[in-house]
Amino acid sequence: MALIDLANPTRFLNFAERVLPWLVAATLFAFAIGLEQALFVAPDDYQQGATVKIMFLHVPCAWLGMFCWGLMTVAALGTLVWRHPLADVAAKAAAPIGAAFTFLCLFTGSMWGRPMWGTYWQWDARLTSVLVLFIMYLGLIALWRSVEDPGRAGRAAAVLTLVGAVNLPIIKFSVDWWNTLHQPASVFRIGGPTIDKSILVPLFAMAIAFTLLFLTLHLAAMRNEILRRRVRSMQMLRVFADEDMRQIESRA
Amino acid sequence: MTALWAILLRDMRIAVRIGGGALMGVLFFLAVVTLIPFAIGPDQALLRKIGPAILWLGALLASLLGLDRLFAADHEDGALDLILMGAAPLELTVAAKGLAHWITTGLPLVLAVPVLGLLLDLDALAIGAVALTLLAGTPALTFIGMIGAALAVALRRGGLLLPVLVLPLTVPVLIFGVSAAETAVIGPVTFGTPFLILCALTLMSLVIGPFAAAATLRQGLD
Repeated sequence: MALIDLANPTRFLNFAERVLPWLVAATLFAFAIGLEQALFVAPDDYQQGATVKIMFLHVPCAWLGMFCWGLMTVAALGTLVWRHPLADVAAKAAAPIGAAFTFLCLFTGSMWGRPMWGTYWQWDARLTSVLVLFIMYLGLIALWRSVEDPGRAGRAAAVLTLVGAVNLPIIKFSVDWWNTLHQPASVFRIGGPTIDKSILVPLFAMAIAFTLLFLTLHLAAMRNEILRRRVRSMQMLRVFADEDMRQIESRA
Repeated sequence: MTALWAILLRDMRIAVRIGGGALMGVLFFLAVVTLIPFAIGPDQALLRKIGPAILWLGALLASLLGLDRLFAADHEDGALDLILMGAAPLELTVAAKGLAHWITTGLPLVLAVPVLGLLLDLDALAIGAVALTLLAGTPALTFIGMIGAALAVALRRGGLLLPVLVLPLTVPVLIFGVSAAETAVIGPVTFGTPFLILCALTLMSLVIGPFAAAATLRQGLD
């Protein structure tokens, strides 16, 4: 099934209806394995003790906060360049989920930072750029909420999403460009990861579980958004129909 | 070329006439900088230390002030539709409008720095550094803000939305502007490093701003 076939909302709804149960099952299964790996198999750090477990929440949330903006960037291109009718539904559904993951990343980070760095917050390059990402998510959501016409809001938001995508490489490379508190990249780097396998495998298991969770939530949110738009147009049709009836009655 | 020149001159002429609000930004800049010592107390040493940051913050907020009028005024009297239909590429026209906006609102902020710097007890070197970094950095603020101004017009509301959308995008400019101004005074790295990054940010925004604003206007007004 090509991407263009899903442009028809009814076909997309059928597709979502079929895929969602499998995604939910896969998410639960992945979380069962990931949590077991993270909580029982992965060893405690020799310096950080059990607090290192926060990493298994923190890192996947950070990845997904950025991945989600990346997905919205592709969707923005879909809106502006290819005029794919579901692209702005995808972007709109993704924004609150991305904001939630970014918030969780900041929250778990500060919970981890308190015992390890001795502070909840530091104006470090990576922390700051992730905070900016969070604010931009909220700005986008505010933009969507302030315009009634979904098409107009979607196109405006698409431009802003593309401009905001400049922040993604800044977040990724902030730890290399500015040598401040946050540790440098240790998983995806030239020369291979610097994390031991006993921690890396559970981390990937959790990352896969969180990504599946994201896909599940996103698909469900897209379905809800399509249904919400249908309800909206039905309500408008009804208002117009009532108005017509009133005019006919007044003439008669 | 003549069309762009005409738009540039027209926008500058409108800005200095009644209702144009060209110097409103400078007044706001003065008000913000005057408020800060009231808030933190008239401690000369402290003011001298955070002076560059205060001036940058004041200029950033002042540059937001007139932004929503950048396209809104033309939209109200119908000139924007003519500009959209005109033969000149919209990206260039929008850039010309941005340039006119910067000359009438951004440049006065730079010129006001020497006076305001005296209020904050900055020495000549620091004043020069702040003025130079603002000269290099305020075009970036205008051209990034232009995207927000276009969004505000396309969405037909945005007075409130505009600062929320624009401010996060200006964070890198603020960071490098202030650090360039501060390294000129206290070090430790040379002035050139952050200043060149600031110039790079400005050049990038000169490209991204007009394209994004033109795309927004085309999408939003059809």
